[in-house]
Amino acid sequence: METIFSRFHLIIVQDPDLKGELKIPEGFNLNLYTKSDIDKVVGSSSNAISFSGYSCRYFGYLMSRKKYIISIDDDCIPAKNSNGEPIDAISQHIINLTTPATPFFFNTLYDPFCEGADFVRGYPFSLRSGVECGLSCGLWLNLADYDAPTESLKPDLKNSRYVDAVLTVPARTMLPVSGINISFNNELVGPALLPAFRLAKEGKVRWETVEDIWTGMCVKVVCDHLRLGVESGLPYVWRQERGNAVESLKKEWEGVKLMEDVVPFFQSVRLSESAVTAEDCVVEIASSVKEHLGPLNPTFAHSAETMVEWIKLWKRVRAN
Amino acid sequence: MSKPATPVAPPLKDELDIVIPTIRNLDFLEMWRPFFQPYHLIIVQDGDPTKTINVPEGFDYELYNRNDINRILGPKASCISFKDSACRCFGFLVSKKKYIFTIDDDCFLESEFGLGSVICMSVNCRDEFSLFAGRGGAGVSFGDLGVNGPREYAKKKFFVYVAKDPSGKEINALAQHIQNLLTPSTPFFFNTLYDPYRDGADFVRGYPFSMREGAPTAVSHGLWLNIPDYDAPTQLVKPLERNTRYVDAVLTIPKGTLFPMCGMNLAFDRELIGPAMYFGLMGDGQPIGRYDDMWAGWCTKVITDHLGLGVKTGLPYIWHSKASNPFVNLKKEYKGIYWQEDIIPFFQSVTLPKESTTVQKCYIELSKMVKEKLGPIDPYFTKLADAMVTWIDAWEEINSPAQSAPAADAKKDGPSSKKK
Repeated sequence: METIFSRFHLIIVQDPDLKGELKIPEGFNLNLYTKSDIDKVVGSSSNAISFSGYSCRYFGYLMSRKKYIISIDDDCIPAKNSNGEPIDAISQHIINLTTPATPFFFNTLYDPFCEGADFVRGYPFSLRSGVECGLSCGLWLNLADYDAPTESLKPDLKNSRYVDAVLTVPARTMLPVSGINISFNNELVGPALLPAFRLAKEGKVRWETVEDIWTGMCVKVVCDHLRLGVESGLPYVWRQERGNAVESLKKEWEGVKLMEDVVPFFQSVRLSESAVTAEDCVVEIASSVKEHLGPLNPTFAHSAETMVEWIKLWKRVRAN
Repeated sequence: MSKPATPVAPPLKDELDIVIPTIRNLDFLEMWRPFFQPYHLIIVQDGDPTKTINVPEGFDYELYNRNDINRILGPKASCISFKDSACRCFGFLVSKKKYIFTIDDDCFLESEFGLGSVICMSVNCRDEFSLFAGRGGAGVSFGDLGVNGPREYAKKKFFVYVAKDPSGKEINALAQHIQNLLTPSTPFFFNTLYDPYRDGADFVRGYPFSMREGAPTAVSHGLWLNIPDYDAPTQLVKPLERNTRYVDAVLTIPKGTLFPMCGMNLAFDRELIGPAMYFGLMGDGQPIGRYDDMWAGWCTKVITDHLGLGVKTGLPYIWHSKASNPFVNLKKEYKGIYWQEDIIPFFQSVTLPKESTTVQKCYIELSKMVKEKLGPIDPYFTKLADAMVTWIDAWEEINSPAQSAPAADAKKDGPSSKKK
């Protein structure tokens, strides 16, 4: 990863539950945050918001002052293209974030702004300038992001299909955003990348969590409302094996069950015209979560509270 | 994905018709022979009905020219376009099969050799290889050209990419379309790994289990390598651009999202969506052309969304060999280019009543809305709305239960020529 990452500033956040010191390779320009940093900044909000496990990255997002943020799980390495060269996922994410998205009409040749492609016949001209991209979702070769039931049923299913496309996920279409390999425009949508949806028995492997799926749908609702784009496809990273899906399945069904309520909710939530920033949008979503999902399960009620606390924290940190 | 070059039993052999509009010749069929020969073809001859279109030997087909269309539909023939490939929808009307595959006569087989390498070739062509080269003429043997056979000729002479994997994988476009139609779609929630029913893929984490049965697939929209389907302005600005990117994906276009449907490489379930596949009034005597498939696509998508059906796009690719004249195209399209600025918001805002539970009912409702909302833009839309109703009338007449009785007037309703 060194040649790819070393050109950029890294923010490393140590999971507050992870004991001991991190060994970090030399030669990177970085900031490291640990539990004590988190406690200092977050203060009294620490009761509502948890930064443990996969959620420790949100602290990094909070601390960053840069326009673009890229986040990749630590069990991923650069994938290789068909020539055997490592794919520079960072460059591709940056391209995705800095070229327009096209959420209002589907282009059958996928991203019209990439080399060798364009808008097809029948694509309205008034929609061809596109909108800014708020979120870019990359994919995974080898171990794809499947849930525990799928992984248990098909342990040998490896993703070897390289789909050479980036496409904009249309407006008002929801998707499951995987936090394994994403990037976003921090200025436009930063506040919506939030740690709010913790399962009661959330674990240390991806298929024991759905926090990123929740967050991703919040971001999509925000983007749809603010007329920003969400893209999916390239870049790929190579995800390595970890954990035992069958063991996870014995522990945790809850996430899978809760999706049945989560998805229809996000598909139907609508925000008011007065919500003009990502912060405003998140607050409205939280209030809607409390009203419509809260009664169904305490996890949802807690998420609504956490989202409100997060925005307060976000504003406080930004003000300093 | 790997498919046998010659399938043991062609899938859906007795349930699928291949509809081809043509005004020139059908030499391209030679290229498709190993894949098309098991199927029944419906050829719709556009233009001058006195011209004889030569169909290569050995194909099972029916051919309809303008005289046949007029004879079979009587006054209703007014809804079928003249001097435009939109006339292909006549073939959809008269087919008796469940599935339709339609393709243009300048589209060829595309084969995949290894990752990202594409070579266009004819599997079973004769020694008159120049036919495949698109040049016409005859009597040239491979020996004369200093090669062993069609593959080597193609590699040497034409095509941009050389096979990387000598064992090669041939993609049968028809088989891929059938696969797309026979597996469910996922219009209600986007799967980031594209079609979860393909080999080697599945639903990703977070995809609700209650949505994993998907919806029946009504349409399979394929793509094109080489000459991309650009409009005239884009063709004029980028005359040399070729689509060389092979995107190995099939995906469902989400519910509520419109798309530009190209009729060059299209398959659909006639029983599920047939009546919506009306390609409008285009060509001779009409103010617009090259929007036939677009119109059918927008109507179809609104109806599939309403009825809970799916539309897939992506694979298969075909090789589009001929670039049409951009100046001619501009004249045909220009009204469409500025009308579509109103047409798109119209379709985006259409809601069909709950009582519209069949495609025909949806289509009639849509025609009323077209007349009301688009009529004011130009009298063309009023004519089009009327033609939409005529089309449904024709559909009901041709496809009513009485028509399937063999005692019906075969001469009146039959094609001008057929071969078995």
